[in-house]
Amino acid sequence: MFDGVKKPILKVDDLKMHFPIFKGVFRRKVGEVKAVDGISFEIYEGETLGLVGESGCGKTSAGRAILRLYDISGGSIELNGQDISSLQGDELRRLRPEMQMIFQDPQASLNPRMTVASIIAEPLDEHKKLSKQQRMARVFELMDAVGLHRDFANRFPHEFSGGQRQRIGIARALALNPKFIVCDEPIAALDVSIQAQVVNLLEDLQEKFGLTYLFISHDLSMVRHLATRVAVMYLGKIVELAPRALLYSDPKHPYTEALLSAVPEPDPSSLNKRERIILEGDVPSPSNPPTGCNFSTRCPRVMDICKKEVPEFKQLDDGRHVACHLMD
Amino acid sequence: MPDGAAPILDVSDLKTVFTTRGGEVHAVNSVSFQLAPGELLGVVGESGSGKSVTMMSLIGLLPMPPAEIRGGQVMFEGHDILKMTPAQLRAVRGRKIGFVFQDPMTSLNPVFTVGFQVAEPLRRHMGMRKKQAWKRAAELLELVGIPDATARLSDYPHQFSGGMRQRVMIAIALACDPQVLIADEPTTALDVTIQAQILELVRELRQKLGMAIVWITHDLGVIAGIADRVMVMYGGQIVEQAPVRELFANPQHPYTRALLETLPSVTGARSKRLKTIEGQPPALGAHPTACPFRARCRHVMDVCHEQNPAITTLDAGHDVACFWDATTGEARHV
Ligand SMILES: Nc1ncnc2c1ncn2[C@@H]1O[C@H](COP(=O)(O)OP(=O)(O)OP(=O)(O)O)[C@@H](O)[C@H]1O
Ligand SMILES: Nc1ncnc2c1ncn2[C@@H]1O[C@H](COP(=O)(O)OP(=O)(O)OP(=O)(O)O)[C@@H](O)[C@H]1O
Ligand SMILES: [Mg+2]
Ligand SMILES: [Mg+2]
Repeated sequence: MFDGVKKPILKVDDLKMHFPIFKGVFRRKVGEVKAVDGISFEIYEGETLGLVGESGCGKTSAGRAILRLYDISGGSIELNGQDISSLQGDELRRLRPEMQMIFQDPQASLNPRMTVASIIAEPLDEHKKLSKQQRMARVFELMDAVGLHRDFANRFPHEFSGGQRQRIGIARALALNPKFIVCDEPIAALDVSIQAQVVNLLEDLQEKFGLTYLFISHDLSMVRHLATRVAVMYLGKIVELAPRALLYSDPKHPYTEALLSAVPEPDPSSLNKRERIILEGDVPSPSNPPTGCNFSTRCPRVMDICKKEVPEFKQLDDGRHVACHLMD
Repeated sequence: MPDGAAPILDVSDLKTVFTTRGGEVHAVNSVSFQLAPGELLGVVGESGSGKSVTMMSLIGLLPMPPAEIRGGQVMFEGHDILKMTPAQLRAVRGRKIGFVFQDPMTSLNPVFTVGFQVAEPLRRHMGMRKKQAWKRAAELLELVGIPDATARLSDYPHQFSGGMRQRVMIAIALACDPQVLIADEPTTALDVTIQAQILELVRELRQKLGMAIVWITHDLGVIAGIADRVMVMYGGQIVEQAPVRELFANPQHPYTRALLETLPSVTGARSKRLKTIEGQPPALGAHPTACPFRARCRHVMDVCHEQNPAITTLDAGHDVACFWDATTGEARHV
């Protein structure tokens, strides 16, 4: 797919995002939720990096931290060679058109008092000087692209179904033709046909404008369709990062294995045909992670060393990265 | 499910209309269905087809106005829910009928802790004291797989991840051992392993409590795994209804058939481009007088523009609303 040298558009090194936990009347800090706890990866221009993993493992926090919607707790982020880890205010604002996010929670991210047209046009108003006509034309173009009826332009968000609201968020994220988009569960609320429509749209835009995506999703079949490479997260850390085909045909980390085995197949007669790995044991908490490997409390192939030492995130001969003592 | 058992929920001819600045939106158009005790009814359908509005209508959760229920009946334990007083409704809702909303962020109140919100129905409906309710709340959160549950009871919703909030909603819905659970996209924010855990929990509760469930989802894999029967909605109507195996093996309505064709898979061949259903969904401006799917249908005929097809019952409890006969590939003879 890539000839010559691959150019990373984004470089993340040992990124940490910790949230303080406060308790009591005096809101004393009593601990930290280590939502993202030292992750490193690169995303190459024009590729889609899939990010999958257990609910609550830190995917959204990672995505938001990368776009600097948070002040990060550690590590560094480079976008197009520029270190953006500690940018503030105006400097950060100038970067916004370059990088956008499609949010997981469409409802919470849409202003209920604004019409759909003004929500989609908001980034245009803020960053571009368009005539009234140009502005409306662009809004309609975006609404067409995500499959929203133009007649709905003057409606308010609460007048839409869940899936329709998600598409408003997608249209807004695309408004400024960003180069890099973090898509946080962009299709979870959509029916399969519109999922396909949105995914095809993301692919078309990628082809046309060379967009780069970080695609966060629980839908492993969609990730398989869309991603160039896939990162698997577990409790704040990346446990496996591999090219798509390799990951799906031959998962190495036991968590990746369990995850892939649990995908429900849309065929009622195929039930029980595939071997499902059911994870048992305590689900650890990100404010009090286990010593050693984070997955050791539930890993079906746990060894003594796993409870003592944190496995290193190492490259294997086939090019993928895995953090697991079984690889030693 | 046992044939002939009296339904626990019996919905007939439900019609819901919204009044907006842009005119009326006919979101639910003469929807009828039944739910047997202990049954799991899967609901699938196009985004905007009226799945959520149907379920919100039948438990009186839509703000009126702008919503208006123009007709229909929802029988539960011998009473029409649509005719209940607000006090009667409150006694049923959250107690005998539990529900999980599609949008977990907006259905949790941002100013109260998660623990308060899980404990609240326990105190209100089950007469539990504060301490007891708090303890039970922790158990419920544990049941839905939230780590460190006791400590996290005092968190606020924004401190939870999307999937954790969704699990809180499930815990609240299950708090009072309801007879009917209405779950609207309850697992969209969950990864497959936790989803499997929740589905297992639901299976157990059905066995133990005989809970009947309406499960709305876009995930046909989930439907294939848990549903007894499936109902397909399009344009505010039920276009097909069948036992789960029958529906997957022998889909009749052109929309259902197109839907099943659009699925990507984790195991099969990887397609270059995903299939979609071309065209736009209907705008729902008026009560439909023709088939809502006609503009996108591969098998459209003249009659489809003139009349809205009535439900035809094929054998094996399989209902379809379509003038075209998938078996013969021609107009249906009735
Ligand atoms: N408050 C409202 N005012 C006006 N129209 C509304 C309102 N709420 C919903 N609608 C419309 O009613 C129709 C049905 O919406 P509903 O939320 O039931 O869809 P759905 O099938 O649940 O879709 P999804 O799969 O996207 O959640 C949609 O066309 C929607 O735009
Ligand atoms: N603002 C916050 N304050 C405190 N804790 C937070 C905050 N945001 C997230 N967390 C915690 O960080 C952890 C990771 O959350 P995050 O939303 O990143 O997970 P996720 O992988 O996106 O999960 P999901 O798949 O359920 O959306 C969770 O334990 C969550 O409770
Ligand atoms: Mg998330
Ligand atoms: Mg809905």
